[in-house]
Parts: sequence; C-alpha cells; structure tokens
Amino acid sequence: MKVLVPVKRVLDYNLKVRVKPDGSGVDLSNLKMSINPFCEIAVEEAVRMKEGGGGHAAGAATEVIAVSIGPDQAQETIRNALAIGADRGILVKADGEVEPLAVAKILKGVIDAEKPDLVILGKQAIDDDSNQTGQMLAALLGWPQATFASKVVLHGGKATVTREVDGGLQTIDVELPAIITSDLRLNEPRYASLPNIMKAKKKPIDVKAPADFGVDTTPRLKVVKTAEPGKRAGGVKVKSAGELVGKLKEAGVI
Amino acid sequence: MAVLVVAEHDNASVKDATNKVVSAAKAMGGDVDVLVAGSNAGAAAAAAAKIEGVRKVLHADGATLAKQMAEPLEALIAPLMANYDAVLFPASTTGKNAAPRVAAKLDVMQVSGVIGVEGADTFVRPIYAGNAIITVKDEQPKKVLTVQPTAFKAAGEGGGAAVETVAAPGGPFKAAFVSEEMAKSDRPELASAKRVVSGGRALGSSEEFNRVLEPLADKLGAAVGASRAAVDAGYAPNDYQVGQTGKVVAPELYVAVGISGAIQHLAGMKDSKVIVAINKDEEAPIFQIADYGLVADYKAAVPELMDELTKAGV
Repeated sequence: MKVLVPVKRVLDYNLKVRVKPDGSGVDLSNLKMSINPFCEIAVEEAVRMKEGGGGHAAGAATEVIAVSIGPDQAQETIRNALAIGADRGILVKADGEVEPLAVAKILKGVIDAEKPDLVILGKQAIDDDSNQTGQMLAALLGWPQATFASKVVLHGGKATVTREVDGGLQTIDVELPAIITSDLRLNEPRYASLPNIMKAKKKPIDVKAPADFGVDTTPRLKVVKTAEPGKRAGGVKVKSAGELVGKLKEAGVI
Repeated sequence: MAVLVVAEHDNASVKDATNKVVSAAKAMGGDVDVLVAGSNAGAAAAAAAKIEGVRKVLHADGATLAKQMAEPLEALIAPLMANYDAVLFPASTTGKNAAPRVAAKLDVMQVSGVIGVEGADTFVRPIYAGNAIITVKDEQPKKVLTVQPTAFKAAGEGGGAAVETVAAPGGPFKAAFVSEEMAKSDRPELASAKRVVSGGRALGSSEEFNRVLEPLADKLGAAVGASRAAVDAGYAPNDYQVGQTGKVVAPELYVAVGISGAIQHLAGMKDSKVIVAINKDEEAPIFQIADYGLVADYKAAVPELMDELTKAGV
C-alpha cells in the first residue's frame, strides 16, 4: 500500500506571529519555520504503517511519499518528513500564498500520477487555520474522508477511523482509497535521530510546478486587512475568595 | 441574494448555534433559508421554522443523513446551491467536516471560522490561533463559509417559516458510520454553557482535575473545560479542550483554574463576559485578560471559593 502525506511549512508553533504595522499582513521575516504539527503527526502515522507500531502491522504501507507545496525552502519540510521515515519527496514549487482549494487541486494532480491507496493530512495548518484541504481533496477525488482522526485501524481494503467530534468520539469505516486527516492525539511524533536526518539528505525529492498539473494558484480571496486581535482590558486582582464572590454577585453572573 | 444556513441539530431539536449562524446570514442581507438534514428530523425542522427572520426551512430526511456525514451532505447541498448565493455552516465538527467538500464541488475557496460579517462579501476571521485577525473580500459567485457561532447573537424565536421537503441523497457512500461514544454528563454542553469551569496543567493529574473541578462545576451548574496543556498531559479528554484547536466558548462566566493562559487557550475563551483566573503565578498571562484575578494556590482557593459560594446562597 502506497501512502501519500502532504506537509506544509509554517511558522514554528512556539513563535508568536507579528502583524505588520501597516496592516498589510503578518511579518515572517527571520522567523523559524517548521513542519506544521498536524502534518508531522500525519507523517508519523504513515511511517508507523510502514515500520509497524501504533496498532499497525509492519509492511501495511510499502512506500510513504511526502509532498509539499511551497517555496524552495519547503524542501526542508520534506526533509523533515524523510527524517521521520518517509521514502521520497515531491516539492511543487510555488511562491506566495497558495489557498487550500489550489493546494487540493495540485494534490489531486499528484495523486492521479502516483495512485496512492491512502492520503493522510494534518487536519489544519496552524498559520491560516483553514481546516479545508483534506476535505476538498476528498471531494475532488470523489473519495471518502475521515477527518480529525485519533485512531486508525487498517483491515481488508478499509480503514476504521475514530474521530474526535463535538461531545465525544465517532468511529467510521472508509473504503480505500481514502483521505484521513489527523487530530492531535493520533500519535506522538518521534524525534528524528541524527543518522536518520543524515539518511534523509540522500533520499530523492522531485521538483514540480503547479503548471505541471494545470493548476492556477491565483488566490480567490482578497485579504483587505490584517490586524492585531482586540485587546481585552485586564481587570482587578482580588485578595480572597470572599471578595471574588462579592464581585461576581455585583457583576450579576452568579 | 439568498443565503442557506445548514442547521446544527440532533434530529430532535435545533442547537443554539443555528440561531447564531442565522444572525450571521442576516448580516449579509437578503433572504435566509435553513436546511435541516437528518433522519426522522421533523421536530428539528419544526423548531428551525420558528427561528426569527427565516424565509423557509428545507427539510431533507433519510437514512443516509442520520449521522450528517460529509459525503451525503456534499451530495445534498452542492446541487441546492443552484438556488443560493451563499451557504453558511456552523464551525462545529459536523460543519467543518462537510463545508470544504461543498466548496470544492462548487470550485470556490471557503472562508473558515468567520467571526464578523461586514456586508454581503466581506468577512472577518482569525488566523494564527487568533493572534491576527484578517478581513477577507470574497467576490466568488458562490460563497461557502463556516461561522464561529459564539461570535454572533442568537436570532430569536417567534418566526413561522414554511417547511419544504427536499429529497435526501440515496447513496451508497464509501464512508459508513460504525459507532459513537459520547461523553455522558448531566452538565451543560461546553460549547453553549452559560458558565464554564476550566482547568490547566497545574492540576497535575486526571484524578486531581476531577476532584477539584467537578464539585465547583456542579455548584455553579457549569460545563467543565480544559487547556490544551491539560489535555495533552492526559488530565482531561480532548473534547474538554478550550482553545483554537479545541472549542471556542463565550459563556457569561469563565473560571480558569491553574491555567497560565497560552495564546491558543485565550483564543478559545476571550469573548467570555466575565473571566475569573485562579493561579499561584502572579505573572501568568491569564491575569492580563481576567476581570477578576486571584493569586493563590488552587488547592486552598477552590475550597474557599466553594465555601463562599455556599455562604452567598449559590
């Protein structure tokens, strides 16, 4: 079984984004970029399907391909996936913002060429927080989807997926080929070892362009303004639980 | 202009999130219809018809819609869009699951997690876990939005819209429901609770989390929430998580116990009317947004708070 894992290069999750003073966007210059955490979880799950572990038999996946759509530097993100254990990479070189719809269309092109049995993506990227790409890709391919996955069990041409939904957990069966998107608790990604990081440098990465798949990446949405979130004015410190209850009574919330 | 709102419902009743998304739809101008897609959902359709300002309710009923899975919702909604300029889903797990499928089918980019409507084609939404807010112009012929319900006031009751039946998609679909395990609780649902008591990593274990927070939540009639740090540490289940990667809540009273106030948590609760923070670290960022801060160890402060609430007749 061939597994494809799209990965996105985003601002490192430990860093706080700065809004440009003129409101024209966010300032990412000189900031550390990393693999989107949800994508990293997706890679880990795919690699466990190959190596065994996390409830998967070794060899369930025979090949894991990491794909990224982004600038030259997105190669680093692919190398990151290769260091976790993916076998090879595909970089679809695109500068500037590429919206989820265009990403899904490019991925469809990659999938038409590679014919994987399973595609695992992060449920959302922590930069634009769109939470769209996996679902859009599923619709474009006419495939079933299992989003927000916290557990995946493969068996006989199907995946049984436990999903994190409002109010609890839902389990569904999807016929392969299918789209799965990872939630936080699907697994805990490993730290890539130094030998594996070195090995990853030798794994092949193909470079393509959106035009190779006939996709126009011109954004459909126009961002007219980027602003800092409204600041909530801090309140007062109270000295005791008694004073607190008094204040809450005054405020009419108890 | 005609806007379709996809109702959040459990077949028996319509959730408050629906009324809130109707308000967002009204702010776009034009006619607002509500779609109730379910199985034996007549009661929910009747409830949706009572929402003020709704022109008509579309009711699709069938076995394929029983669990409101993404594939049948796409098959149902994409063709309906011939009659609408926009479709609005609540940013619930059901809405987030289905909306992008509809958008892709219509070949449009979706606007996710809308918190403000500035006219028929201009929307406000958070990015970077709420650390930046963008205003987006969407001039596509069809618009697909997910709407953060807590950002809008609920439309009132008292309407009397007609209910029109639309055919449910036949299937079969390549995804099938197997089972679900819903957290059983007598407490109100986190996303719509009027009061929320939330715990953080300072609580140290799941036993301590429950021991400290449950009595306080019971006393206040509150839902229980948690920070992502507490969820990641295994002290609380994931559906307790309040924050950008969890639930966004805006109750009248939010009590944060042992929560430092990471940006991603604040993004999920900063629209609460009154925020109380109990934390022994005076420098915790949560105090910068709390209306009432109590610098104290929760171990002493929560029992004292319980006593004071009892004295105050709560």
